[in-house]
Amino acid sequence: MFADYSMAELGAIFAMQGFAGLILFSVFVLMALGLAIIFGQMGVINMAHGEFMILGAYVTYLMSNLFADYMPALFSIYFFVAMILAFIASGLLGLFVEWAMIRHLYKRPLDTLLATWGLSLILQQTYRSVFGAREVGVSIPDWMMGSLPLTDLIEVPINGIFVMVLAVGISLAVYIMMFRSRWGKQVRAINQNRVMAGAVGINTEWTDRLTFGIGCGVAGVAGSAFTMIGSTGPTAGQLYIVDTFLVVVFGGAGSLLGTIASAFSISQAQSIMEFFLSGSMAKVLTLLVVVGILMIRPQGLFSLKLRK
Amino acid sequence: MSDDISDNKTNGVSRRAVLAGGTALTASLFMPKGLRAADFPTAEVNTTGLAVTDDTVTIGILHSITGTMAISETGSVQAEKLAIEQINAQGGILGRKIEYIQEDGASDWPTFAEKARKLLVNDKVASVMGCWTSASRKAVLPVFEQHNGFLYYPTFYEGLEESPNVIYTGQEATQQIIAGLDWVNQTKGAKTFYLLGSDYIWPRTSNKIARKHIENFMDGCKVVGEEYYPLGHTQFNSVINKIRLRKPDVIYAIVVGGSNVAFYKQLKAAGIDMTKEKPILLTISVTEDEIRGIGGENIDGAYACMKYFQSLENENNLAFVSAFKEMWGDDMVIGDVTQAAYLGPWLWKAAVEKAGSFDVDKVREASPGIELTSAPEGYVKVHENHHLWSKTRVGRAQADGQYEVVFETADLVEPDPFPEGYQ
Repeated sequence: MFADYSMAELGAIFAMQGFAGLILFSVFVLMALGLAIIFGQMGVINMAHGEFMILGAYVTYLMSNLFADYMPALFSIYFFVAMILAFIASGLLGLFVEWAMIRHLYKRPLDTLLATWGLSLILQQTYRSVFGAREVGVSIPDWMMGSLPLTDLIEVPINGIFVMVLAVGISLAVYIMMFRSRWGKQVRAINQNRVMAGAVGINTEWTDRLTFGIGCGVAGVAGSAFTMIGSTGPTAGQLYIVDTFLVVVFGGAGSLLGTIASAFSISQAQSIMEFFLSGSMAKVLTLLVVVGILMIRPQGLFSLKLRK
Repeated sequence: MSDDISDNKTNGVSRRAVLAGGTALTASLFMPKGLRAADFPTAEVNTTGLAVTDDTVTIGILHSITGTMAISETGSVQAEKLAIEQINAQGGILGRKIEYIQEDGASDWPTFAEKARKLLVNDKVASVMGCWTSASRKAVLPVFEQHNGFLYYPTFYEGLEESPNVIYTGQEATQQIIAGLDWVNQTKGAKTFYLLGSDYIWPRTSNKIARKHIENFMDGCKVVGEEYYPLGHTQFNSVINKIRLRKPDVIYAIVVGGSNVAFYKQLKAAGIDMTKEKPILLTISVTEDEIRGIGGENIDGAYACMKYFQSLENENNLAFVSAFKEMWGDDMVIGDVTQAAYLGPWLWKAAVEKAGSFDVDKVREASPGIELTSAPEGYVKVHENHHLWSKTRVGRAQADGQYEVVFETADLVEPDPFPEGYQ
């Protein structure tokens, strides 16, 4: 298939294809980080993760309209304000949901699956009632659309770079919070032994609530960023949920590093296969490989060393 | 409206007759024919026990109001209700007002079948305006054939179907595909095509027809790639790179749903500028409705092949667009399928009046040859095979979310749901 092309063209295509893989990787990391915190650290199977993301997307939509109407001069930077507000909105909703629902279910982790699935349906219908069934168009500042021509042949999408920078930034922030902060230490302590953590004076209730809230907030930021590359509608969250769980489970629940490694391997595999095979076939093969590896290694790529 | 009708039912025969006469009288002011319910006794126009009274006739509306398809089907429901309201304002059908029972298919195919059964068996509706996806139509088809219902189906679809119980008011695949491909070849000199679609029956069948046409009927043209992506796929960077590599003259895209938005945003971000000469993007899956989600600035310059665009400038359409906006709000947009849905109640009205009866068998017999000169898309006619003769048009997407019509076929295109040489 490559016979007709010059070396320069081939080089350019491989460079851009590598870049496509990296963008996909960043998207996966953004999707999965919030869930990795919630599912990995708390054991809550949050089926409403996608809907928390879409809340962030709708916040971005509202902000874009608000800025376009009242502060057109500042429109080019509204996205940053929107992302912060998306974090706050999804985070607050997360805190509320934890208080109203999740905390009653810690002893029955499988029930969280049903409860959060119900929550996702409620949220979807709420979005539909408030914003309408149709997808909304979020206008993105001009500087974020378009591409950066590196050479004559290689063009790099600017929103891809933006998503990559964001993914790195949020990963770092989560890493610092998890492993360098007092809260992170408490979360990990609770994860290892809830009763003992409570006994040494950690406020497990509050820590859980905050963890859930932060996980949802990160999802909100991801949703906000995805308005650049995807659709914003009541059910758009469903498009992401399967890939998100795939990444987290494959990486090994409880390991943030595993999540990142798994996002990298799945995204690279998928984007390379998509190039050589058809899109549907690439997806099938990716899933097959993941299932195969999980059969051999049920705990995922990385797992915490625990004495059992 | 439903209030005074129940009033009528509780009152004596004499008053009902007076009232019916009264409505018919006002109606006759509008209508030259002056169809009066009294001229069509219920016992004669309804011999099969349908929900027809002396002054009303009940039909069903069956679309998804909830779930993933709600985004697309809302417009159809709105158009159907508008048509019903306008018909009633003109005096109804055979002097009878149309009432409707609306059911929600909830984007779930078994639910569609169940609701169709409810409408036909319990409510005895005289006809049904409904369904959107092929999957939902396939699910209700056995129900309609078993209970002899009559369905008006609005969506452009893949063809390969011809049921005695369905009138297809949208285009079947050949009507939507062939004229567009010929146009892009003849006026733009396009020779190479890259076919792309979501992975299910409609894009696959359509692309199959497109490929056959390109390879067998267009001189020196070829397909340089064909790709399908799962429904809901949101990452198109790899395929965009593949398209760059193959450098097709035309990207022929049949991507649907949420994937659509992702595809066009990423295409633009990757620096593929559709306002330039090449590559040309030609789609059959993006109507004005979808552009609202995609954003006009992201699809500016793409071509779409449809039978209807909101921007059509004929009197019928200007009246239709302003009536639609008056009823549903100024910010509404009207896509191809919405217009096709609007035709349903009108075609049924014409068929019932031609048959002089609401009986499904007689309406079916009367349907072929029905003409509609008042259609927003212009003139349409029902074919023997229950599809519509209609024109094919090509529009170019503008940043404001509307299409500028750049081409229309000189004549009506004959519907051909089982095209020979394309199987």
